[in-house]
Amino acid sequence: MMNSSYLTALKSIWTKEVNRFLRIWVQTLIPPAITMTLYFVIFGNLIGKRIGEMSGFSYMSFIVPGIIMMAVITNSYSNVASSFFSAKFQRNVEELLVAPVPNYIIIWGYVGGGVIRGLLVGFIVTCVSLFFVELHIFNIFALLLSVLCTSILFSLAGLLNAIFARTFDDISIIPTFVLTPLTYLGGVFYSIDLLPDFWQAVSHFNPVFYMINAFRYGFLGIADVSLIWSFAMIGSFIVLLYGLITLLLKKGVGIRS
Amino acid sequence: MHAIDLENIRKVYKGGVEALKGISLRVEEGDFYALLGPNGAGKSTTIGIISSLVNKTGGKVKVFGYDLDTQLESVKAQIGLVPQEFNFNQFEPPIQILVNQAGYYGIKRKDALIRAEKYLRQLDLWGKRNAPSRELSGGMKRRLMIARALIHNPRLLILDEPTAGVDIEVRRSMWDFLKKINAQGVTIVLTTHYLEEAEMLCRHIGIIDKGTLVENTSMKELLARLDSEVFILDVDSIENVPRSEHFIITKIDDITLEIEVKKGQSLNNVFAELSTQGVRVNSLRNKSNRLEELFVGLVEKGNLNDE
Repeated sequence: MMNSSYLTALKSIWTKEVNRFLRIWVQTLIPPAITMTLYFVIFGNLIGKRIGEMSGFSYMSFIVPGIIMMAVITNSYSNVASSFFSAKFQRNVEELLVAPVPNYIIIWGYVGGGVIRGLLVGFIVTCVSLFFVELHIFNIFALLLSVLCTSILFSLAGLLNAIFARTFDDISIIPTFVLTPLTYLGGVFYSIDLLPDFWQAVSHFNPVFYMINAFRYGFLGIADVSLIWSFAMIGSFIVLLYGLITLLLKKGVGIRS
Repeated sequence: MHAIDLENIRKVYKGGVEALKGISLRVEEGDFYALLGPNGAGKSTTIGIISSLVNKTGGKVKVFGYDLDTQLESVKAQIGLVPQEFNFNQFEPPIQILVNQAGYYGIKRKDALIRAEKYLRQLDLWGKRNAPSRELSGGMKRRLMIARALIHNPRLLILDEPTAGVDIEVRRSMWDFLKKINAQGVTIVLTTHYLEEAEMLCRHIGIIDKGTLVENTSMKELLARLDSEVFILDVDSIENVPRSEHFIITKIDDITLEIEVKKGQSLNNVFAELSTQGVRVNSLRNKSNRLEELFVGLVEKGNLNDE
């Protein structure tokens, strides 16, 4: 096929993916908005008043970037994990496998769907946050690049999970036992400066930490580690996961007999 | 040009099950080819390998001259696959399923809509184009899968038990449609458990049993191998079994006779003998499908050889 044909195939996967989560918007777009509103109310408004300032900002201002990022991470991940696994489960992934679509188009097609949902939910949560705090943008480039890279990375992670998953339990285990702890321990609700030295060192192995760090820098201009180092880490994780998924799809792991 | 050229295809699944033990076969371009065999014989594995859903363990596959190992995308572009199980998104409407599928083949949405309308109308699904696919009947779902497989105008259409579970009326309309598609030049490979379907539609036949191709010939040649055929005759009421020196006649009931006619014998002689004894024949039919008799014979022969 020509490149224009690949582009058509890519658009078709994107359209299918976006239609899928929009068709069930009550399940995909509303719950994160409600959950994050509760975070703002409980952690930001009620508890935050007692905590006072963090890194020179009100606690609410401090946690907003982390909460937006948490929504982006969760939704990018779950969109691709559930969509690709459902396609495997119902066997309609075969529609793609029998078509002359290269693996990289399949990957970017599903990742694109996850990114669009992640960014849309991130936008909704950002709008909700405006009811609680006045947002300032320090560096729009850092902000947009970090949210885009994060949604790409966790869409890839969702795809990897779905490739290996054999049951619906398999796609809920990783978010529960890996994703949620990483997100909560990645500095959503605190600066790692507050942690003892040992746990500060441990935090540097958590990819979510770098994402929240870069995103928070975009809003507030404060960072626990340098921006370049953050993007280098995020980029490395993206390359690692993309390479691994490419290899798995080439071998047909989880999708071909 | 061969539509399909398989050379020594082997497939060993994890756990050591050897599904295909070196199958070689060729399907001519434009043919209507039946791939038959008992359950678990290796038909679906063969189809899976050709359509790249199953990784082969060994051997060579060529589709219209394109090598599966080195020209995978070109191979895929030639094939339309109708799998055995419903494998479309049950929550999407037929029109969406077809347009998406066309998109995967690089067909732009505008053209895809035109093609989708064409096939949905031809397969009598246009009225249901916007209904969730899970609400379609079994026959409609089968036809939707055929429409989906044809949306990119493939040169080779592979159908894995396309009429399983559909009523005879729908089945016959599907037969007519497939004959028409084949007449337009599309090569068709069909697996089915309905042997009369294979006999009626296909010009060539391959029989797989236990991962081995036990027969690969034209339908005419295969049917010509029958040593005898058994016919059921509906007759006016009779009391005794008519006598015959040339045929074995069995009385089923007062108005039904069973007659075995050996190769070389003529049905005219049957009628003549019965007529001389005052037996009037009202109608006649085969006791069982001719292909079925041969198929059972070949498979049983394989079982005996194993023992």
